[in-house]
Amino acid sequence: MQERHSFSDERIIRDLLRPVTQTSMMNWVGFIVLGTILTAFLFAVGWMFYWGVGVTGLNRAAFWGFMIVNFVFWIGISHAGVMISAILRLTQAEWRRPVTRAAEVMTMFSLMTALLFPVIHTGRPWRTLYWAFPYDFWRGIWPDVRSALVMDPSAIMTYLTGTILFVYITTIPDFALLRDHSTGWRHGLYRVLALGFKGEERQWKMQIITGFLLAAIMLSIFVSVHSIVSWDFAFSLDPVWHSTVWAPYFVIGAVHSGVSAVVTLMALMRWMFKFDNYIRHEHFDAIGRLLVVVGTTWMWFFLLDIFFDLWRQDPADDAIMHMRFFEWPYPLLLAFVWIFGYFIPVPIWAFRRFRRNIKLMFWTSIMVNIGMWAERYWLVVPGLQAKYQWTFSWLPYRPGPVEITLVVGSFALVGFLLLLFAKLVPPVPVWDELEGQHLAAEIQVGKRTVPAIVREF
Amino acid sequence: MAVRGVLGVFKDLDTAIAGVDALNELGYKRDDFEVLTNAPYPEGTFGEESGMHRLGLFPLVGAACGFAVGLLITGATQMAYPLVTGGKPLFSIPPMIIIMYEGTLLAAVIFTVIGMLFESRLPRLGSNLWDPRISRGYIGILVHASEEKADEAAATLRRAGAEDVILEERRVPAPARAPQQKGARA
Repeated sequence: MQERHSFSDERIIRDLLRPVTQTSMMNWVGFIVLGTILTAFLFAVGWMFYWGVGVTGLNRAAFWGFMIVNFVFWIGISHAGVMISAILRLTQAEWRRPVTRAAEVMTMFSLMTALLFPVIHTGRPWRTLYWAFPYDFWRGIWPDVRSALVMDPSAIMTYLTGTILFVYITTIPDFALLRDHSTGWRHGLYRVLALGFKGEERQWKMQIITGFLLAAIMLSIFVSVHSIVSWDFAFSLDPVWHSTVWAPYFVIGAVHSGVSAVVTLMALMRWMFKFDNYIRHEHFDAIGRLLVVVGTTWMWFFLLDIFFDLWRQDPADDAIMHMRFFEWPYPLLLAFVWIFGYFIPVPIWAFRRFRRNIKLMFWTSIMVNIGMWAERYWLVVPGLQAKYQWTFSWLPYRPGPVEITLVVGSFALVGFLLLLFAKLVPPVPVWDELEGQHLAAEIQVGKRTVPAIVREF
Repeated sequence: MAVRGVLGVFKDLDTAIAGVDALNELGYKRDDFEVLTNAPYPEGTFGEESGMHRLGLFPLVGAACGFAVGLLITGATQMAYPLVTGGKPLFSIPPMIIIMYEGTLLAAVIFTVIGMLFESRLPRLGSNLWDPRISRGYIGILVHASEEKADEAAATLRRAGAEDVILEERRVPAPARAPQQKGARA
């Protein structure tokens, strides 16, 4: 049953432009709180650059800690955009309309945030960036393309560039709309960004075909990105990071956390911007069903990875698996992964009544991401923390206050950028929603008049 | 022949379709006028023809270029700085494939965007008749009429139910790349 309301174009435009045209108290509170945390984040980065990575809990041999875990986490979140936008666009699922832009923009900002972490975790980024980007010409040094440290930036930069272009192209019609609904400097800005778009039939046609083409290409990039992130680990010589299942396992884990983050964002957008008529219960219902499938597939790969690690019966693998299962704090993290990542949310999502409960969906989606953050920690840190044959110095890893500030700050950074974006561009694509309205015209079937869109999803 | 733009602004879909039909009856072909809307309508609503385009070609050309650049960068980099690490061969194909794959897709995306802009004839910053009401849900019909027939086209649009008809003030040689002009109400 469709729950779509039939509104006039003017009403839709007024409702969806509200975040741009009005600034609510909640917006200001958001800006101030997130801005404050962001200041602490910048201070922590500056502190670490000045004093060096010694101020963190990293040590020899545990070189990868909170920052790399956070990097993998945000790359994972970034997979929501393409999962939602591209797949639903290609399958022409009607329920994509209110969520595509938020998902794509979240992809963009979470990728930028993710990209920040491997750079800053080196402590002296200006001395290491030429590992990835060939700028140190005078010494004749070129990046080693056989290293995952080169493949990874190439994949992430491709994904980021593609996402920015994707977001821009699909926003051109809304820039044109904003051009006609604004004055002053905003009018000038939107006028330039709209490129003179007028809404000719040919321009719409190109817009839609480009959406399909980019969706298809972006899907190919999306699969490669988290696969290559998994190879950052798999290319090393450390035990337990070698399962061949890692690439698809990372991709599906990314989709699980990313789509959950979209649910969080949908609920926040509904509450903050009063989008009740656009982000409806049926959308949460549909995305909840998708999450049941994604979550279960992720759990399957998770168990498969454990199975492969134990199956080899390699002493080095066994030592780390022992640590993961029995040594503090890893059993607690494992409990978080299972309980928060799967066993509470997925059974809840199995029921339609719960899927349509927005508060419940919001909290379960948050839960999934707590579980998924714990999962990345559980995967990454023990691999380096174990004492190997040739490890001469060895200390357990304990995150310091600087790293904790950086992780908390990364959430503030993404939130702040999203809020800022919503002040400049409507977070729900207006033209897409209007198109949905046009397509939802009624048709005569026998004696009955029914909506032209037979099913919403 | 000098061409003059005539923009009819229609309040709803029915009158806009009537305007399209009236122009067709007057002998205008579908290429002679454009329908401007604030969102896409199902194809065929305004009787438009399919229209040739080469958008599909752009990502293919982009992919080929990206692949070639990827091959060049990965190959030349390894030859420019021949450092054997871990006993791996210098000209190592599997890692090259990964970067070539990313290069291929990156260029395909960039070329698709260029293709979209090219096929949509964007950017068109300082041109064209326009009425901001179209953004709010009105429908515009922009006729590229010859100088002699502009008034006739305007009268036809008005008869079909246009709420407002705007005539291009200055005469311009071509419809697509017209310079900035001011609109004059008919």
